[in-house]
Amino acid sequence: MADEPTVLTAPFSLEFTYTRSVGPVLGAFFDALGKRRILGVRTKDGRVIVPPQEYDPVTGEGLYELVPVADTGTVTTWTWAAEPKPGQPLEHPFAWALVRFDGADTAMLHAVDAGNESAMSTGMRVQVRWQAETTGDITDIACFEPTAIPFRAPEPAYSAGFGAQNEEKVVERPIKLDYSYTAGRAQSRFLKGVTEQRLIGERCPSCSKVYVPPRGSCPTCGVPTSEQVELPGTGTVTTFCVVNIPFAGQAVECPYVSATVLLDGADIGIFHLIQEIPADEVRMGLRVEPVWKDELKPTLESIKYFKPTGEPDVDYESYREHL
Amino acid sequence: MRDVAVIAFAQAPNRADTGGVNDVEILMPVIDEAVTVAGIDRKQIGFTCSGSSDYLAGQPFSFVMGLDAVGPWPPITESHVEMDGAWALYEAWTRLQHGDLDSALVYAFGKSSMGDLGRILALQLDPYTTGPLWPGPVNLAGLQARAYLEKTGRTERDLAEVAARSRRDAKGNPAAQVKGDVAVDDLLQEPYVSSPLRAHDCPPISDGASALVLAAGDVAREHCARPAWIRGIDHRIEAHSLGLRDLTTSVSTALAGQKAGVADGPVDVAELHAPYTHQELILREALGLNGDTAVNPSGGALSGNPMMSAGLARIGEAARRIIDGSAHRAVAHATSGPCLQQNLVAVLEAGEGS
Repeated sequence: MADEPTVLTAPFSLEFTYTRSVGPVLGAFFDALGKRRILGVRTKDGRVIVPPQEYDPVTGEGLYELVPVADTGTVTTWTWAAEPKPGQPLEHPFAWALVRFDGADTAMLHAVDAGNESAMSTGMRVQVRWQAETTGDITDIACFEPTAIPFRAPEPAYSAGFGAQNEEKVVERPIKLDYSYTAGRAQSRFLKGVTEQRLIGERCPSCSKVYVPPRGSCPTCGVPTSEQVELPGTGTVTTFCVVNIPFAGQAVECPYVSATVLLDGADIGIFHLIQEIPADEVRMGLRVEPVWKDELKPTLESIKYFKPTGEPDVDYESYREHL
Repeated sequence: MRDVAVIAFAQAPNRADTGGVNDVEILMPVIDEAVTVAGIDRKQIGFTCSGSSDYLAGQPFSFVMGLDAVGPWPPITESHVEMDGAWALYEAWTRLQHGDLDSALVYAFGKSSMGDLGRILALQLDPYTTGPLWPGPVNLAGLQARAYLEKTGRTERDLAEVAARSRRDAKGNPAAQVKGDVAVDDLLQEPYVSSPLRAHDCPPISDGASALVLAAGDVAREHCARPAWIRGIDHRIEAHSLGLRDLTTSVSTALAGQKAGVADGPVDVAELHAPYTHQELILREALGLNGDTAVNPSGGALSGNPMMSAGLARIGEAARRIIDGSAHRAVAHATSGPCLQQNLVAVLEAGEGS
């Protein structure tokens, strides 16, 4: 067995934005936030839930009676966040709290900008601090802040209708997650090999199959692979397709051939391009060899493509088990 | 109900960062050990079920990669839950109730070190009104801890005592990540992470994996001198909105415990999936455990909390103590979601089967 390789890692970011339909209940809630009002929903037994829900959490009945509550409330529990994280409501230390709005029976999670921890207590009075500009989303509430205002009844002037007009409202929810990927022992060795124009697979001690790129295990037997096998690089096209449809980010001009190449000495194929031959002349059994890029990096893209070796095609029987 | 038992358990060392190994490389020796201890030819295992999370792995259908560690050829009967492996065990147990299969492999894995766990866990929250605020899991636990302490009159010292006991017990657990002798007074000198919680009140971030083998009736007796029979198992969930729940109790745990039959006999050992110190106290109360029960002799999740695997490991640790003869009747618990939102309780017992 060769020396243990330095394991390769690479940053990886997953970034996507969900657009979410809010429906009539949350739609009305968000719409009201845009007007600096807070809405709850009344259950059959008379409790007011904020933020409103579409269904009663106990009985499952649909809830439709939207009612205004005040923008003042009481802290029911809290915790001090000394080191805020990106995306949280405030950039300086603050308290997370569950706040029960005046007129509501349940509490809502948000931030309290209290200055320091000693200003916080359960039962303290707080008031919404609105964003300077509202958009009709939960973030219209910038945070809460301590207040001396005693309990106050919600303003009845605001009439809250069931928000059918909000049925088509959507909100955007962007997500970005950062990862550090590790290639693992076997793939690291393979990728390092690529930087030296070498293709290193691994053999299963149980079934003797050779995997390339190796993942450090035999997916058939479920055992670790440890024996490295250096492959000559030549191989056989086992199957292929001709790509005729252009798509965004396409690196090669149409038509081109994407193929499965069974490297000599390997038991699974790799996917790659076949060039230096007209697309309509590529065939199963065609013998090919890699054309390397000038600059070699730890990626299979260091192989530009495979090209015909000029050897006679091989017999179907020799690769039929590898299709 | 068909008699089904845990007959083997293995887990990877819980580590802050396993570094250069991928999920499969963590998992493979663990599955190998569980299957070897069970003494069942892996090609004879009737059903395979796993628990993992695509968000932890950062890629869709990541469990398919994990299957490389099983050797799923010829094609196996397999399923997966996007949850802690304890729920995979529930599915496997249910599958074995059908009567046509006699054994199952259950495994779970999670490599938290790859990403930002706090941010990933925020994605399990309601995406309309809570998720956009990106609260961290420790913050949410802090809200629960304060509510619990203020309601019950318990103190931060009570929490520190849970931490100190867990770390002491973890010394006997080779897989534990956080262990050792610490003085409660020293712990209380530490700063808050999210008050009233200090670092010792919170779980470490862990990479890990666990696997266990279930077998039914005579197959269990044949392969294990002292199978850990599953006498009862149940899981319950509460509302997702934190403001709708009473965070100071665990109604779902109490109900699951009642359905699983926790109170039907003395409990020698309880392995509770309590990632935070105050949650152990809430769970003890919900399950009606008294001083006669050894709680978390493995050190529990406070000594190692690999996401998706720590709950299954609690069942494994409880079973291990029945299999090795140190306990006769044990309770295992797993949790999922913020502030003990969802809970699974299993009762394990030695004996002949019913």
